[in-house]
Amino acid sequence: MSKERHLTVRGRFENVPTVVQFVVEAAQEAGFDERGVFHCQMSVDEACTNIIEHAYGGEDKGNIEATVRIEPGVLTITLVDHGEPFDPTSVPEPSINTDDPSKIKTGGLGLHLMRKVMDEITFSFSDKRNKLVMVKRQAADHDQEPASANH
Amino acid sequence: MQTRVEKSDGVAVVVIEGRVDGTTASDLGQVLHDVVAAGDSRLVLDLEAVEYVGSAGLREFVTALKKATQQDGDLRLASPNERVTAILELSGLSSILAIHSTRGDAVGSF
Repeated sequence: MSKERHLTVRGRFENVPTVVQFVVEAAQEAGFDERGVFHCQMSVDEACTNIIEHAYGGEDKGNIEATVRIEPGVLTITLVDHGEPFDPTSVPEPSINTDDPSKIKTGGLGLHLMRKVMDEITFSFSDKRNKLVMVKRQAADHDQEPASANH
Repeated sequence: MQTRVEKSDGVAVVVIEGRVDGTTASDLGQVLHDVVAAGDSRLVLDLEAVEYVGSAGLREFVTALKKATQQDGDLRLASPNERVTAILELSGLSSILAIHSTRGDAVGSF
């Protein structure tokens, strides 16, 4: 038995908290603990920021369409935008663990954080839309098994 | 997000309040740039009143760290809450940024 809800906001940073709150409430309804809710919050914040910055190349250039499917212990979050096609394989891995601060590379840090905490992340592009699907399961241990991103 | 800069024992303490995310990170970046440009290369970010730091905020921390270390200084963190600590750990930044439980400890570590 699942419930589905939809929300569409204009792609502006000031609207990201609205999408985040929408997902937080869904995560709570799915029965997640505080940590699980926080992971969903973090991932959606990063994903929406990426949509505005990279897919749309700036604010107020398109909408973010969010859908949540709520099942006991499982939350599926879908974000759709109509921006530039996103290729996750083109995103570099951040390089953080170094003794030389000048060599730290933070590119890809947002996606890295999402992969650390979500169980599944899938990117696709069709009909001029980017579609990001993230799945979070309450019972999974995320620190040891990061999500694999499928294109 | 709000910031203010205080000096304590020769260390520039940047007190940050609120969220450091896509909306506010560039503002923080400008503050940190100005602090280092003014000659203060020993920085403490007081995070006690910070609710959340996204990857945009973490990037500004790293940019400021690079500038500070280029001037033989450093950037250290004080009093992150549980969520901010979790983000620092997930990102790997907790392994390269010194994190102190109090502002006094962070300032005293220089």
